[in-house]
Amino acid sequence: MAKRWPLPVLLALGFLLSFAIPSLGLLDQYVQLILMYVGINIILAASLNLINGYMGEFSVGHAGFMAIGAYVASILTVLVFPSAAGPWLFPVAVIAGGLGAGLVGMAVAIPSFRTRGDYLAIVTLAFNMIVKSVFENIEAIGGPRGFLGMDKLTTLPWVFFWTVVSLWIMRNLVYSNFGRGVISIREDEIASDLMSVNTRQVKLVAFVVSSFFAGIAGGLFAHLLQFINPRMFDILKSTDILIMVYLGGIGSIAGSVLGATIYTVLLEWLRPLGIWRMVLMPLMLVLLMIYRPRGIMGLREARWFTPVRDLMTGKRHQSLGART
Amino acid sequence: MTYVFQQTLNALQLGSIYALIALGYTMVYGILTMINFAHGDLFMIGAFFCFAIATFFGLPFVPTLLLSMIGVAFLGVVIERLAYKPLRQAPRVSAVITALGVGIFLENFTLALNPYPQHVPTLITDTTWIVGGVSISSLQILVIGLSLALMMLLDFIVRRTMVGMAMRAISWDKSIVPLMGVPVNRIISITFALGTGLGAAAGTMYGLAYPVIDPYMGILVGWKAFICAVVGGIGSIRGAMIGGFILGAVEILVVASKIFPSTYRDFVAFGLLLVLLIFRPYGILGKPRPQKV
Repeated sequence: MAKRWPLPVLLALGFLLSFAIPSLGLLDQYVQLILMYVGINIILAASLNLINGYMGEFSVGHAGFMAIGAYVASILTVLVFPSAAGPWLFPVAVIAGGLGAGLVGMAVAIPSFRTRGDYLAIVTLAFNMIVKSVFENIEAIGGPRGFLGMDKLTTLPWVFFWTVVSLWIMRNLVYSNFGRGVISIREDEIASDLMSVNTRQVKLVAFVVSSFFAGIAGGLFAHLLQFINPRMFDILKSTDILIMVYLGGIGSIAGSVLGATIYTVLLEWLRPLGIWRMVLMPLMLVLLMIYRPRGIMGLREARWFTPVRDLMTGKRHQSLGART
Repeated sequence: MTYVFQQTLNALQLGSIYALIALGYTMVYGILTMINFAHGDLFMIGAFFCFAIATFFGLPFVPTLLLSMIGVAFLGVVIERLAYKPLRQAPRVSAVITALGVGIFLENFTLALNPYPQHVPTLITDTTWIVGGVSISSLQILVIGLSLALMMLLDFIVRRTMVGMAMRAISWDKSIVPLMGVPVNRIISITFALGTGLGAAAGTMYGLAYPVIDPYMGILVGWKAFICAVVGGIGSIRGAMIGGFILGAVEILVVASKIFPSTYRDFVAFGLLLVLLIFRPYGILGKPRPQKV
């Protein structure tokens, strides 16, 4: 019997620690900030992995969903909710941001019924640019100057909570009946259609879930930085998320966690190098891709994220599809 | 009427630059089925080569253009050999991510060497003729004419020469062609050299037409050119040219028609492209590849 008893204990300990660190001042502010960025990036990478890794599509506009979440949540906390109730209504705002992004994700899923691969990449890319363009043109929320006035509502416990919740939901989704459908689309869409997978429905749900969590990450990001502008959510941000996913490895939640953590921490650690860190970082990425084309985890999963029934049958490795 | 003609000229100028870059995307895609996301940054390097050659050596326009094209073509071949060749058997997305990495490397390497936006010196004495109320600058004529000439040259190479035949053969079938004695690696190198050389020509002309250049200028232009290639039907050379002129026309039209404020340029351009892709999901000249079960 494969035992994984430490997981709930570790989660409880982590949650306690996330309260203890800010209130007791165990780590200095800077390290806490990095930890929160790591958490937000993990949510982003894992949610993009659902589309790009598990479903095998190539979506390049994830920052667009993040932007919608960030703007919806910020508008709610600043303009709609009474400021005194801010901390209590913060989860509502974040979820509303996620729902807003999910709703738009539904619209982006529809072209994916007809095209995939590079043509879908174009749709998501255009979507990203359109979102940025729309926010730049709405004067009521600051236009190109950006939107501010948010309180710093994103705290370490909230980031920890949302990271765990999103990873938990996505893991359960991936290993459910639905998740098998997602993977079967990656391996062979026509065959999975013949095997009575409702590919339209699966694609729609996958896009909605993925964009929902990107929106959640956006809401957290906005209330951590306390300032957003449309340029933060351009193609460069989407590229960052893509790099985290492929660095960690496609089709692996542990990979997304690793990829987001390594990318975020390494960039901070190399900060003394100034601009040269942004020269070094892509070089390392290229070398990694040459020697490990599937990323660090690459379709393998850590024990903690694998359901017990798969551990018992030894099915920890997904099949290596020809199309991915 | 003169206004319409004036804006048509502007659209042709912008469109020919997009088309030249889109050609690089579509050629590499046709032969390797890989999106070379570093291509927009090679366009930027082309503009910087032009700047460096013109500033430090003081050469006139033609040698500057040729040297910049040769330099960037060489760089493109080196990048293919070092970064993309080891990944030919790997999953396709690994190569795409590598290309993104190469692009970020080029941007920031240029930025590290050269932290400020630069101003390309005037290589062409720009004279403006007024024909029936329309002002035509010699620079505009040069950009449009040179781009069309380069595109015709490329079309000739691909359709009428042995190298072009080999390129078309490789994009048709990658497994049989090497058995027929086609040197695949050399043809891929030539494809990269041609594609990036055209990108450099676009960069040089962009530097002349819109003189301020900075290391990040290749990102947006590059992504837009990629959209042109897809709209035309990726892998199709004539499609890329058509796509480039369409995007140039749409962008100028949005600004010139004054129906929308000019800040909506990207919004309308990309919205129209999305609508087009819904009706022709494989682009204007692209052929759907039937999936075999």
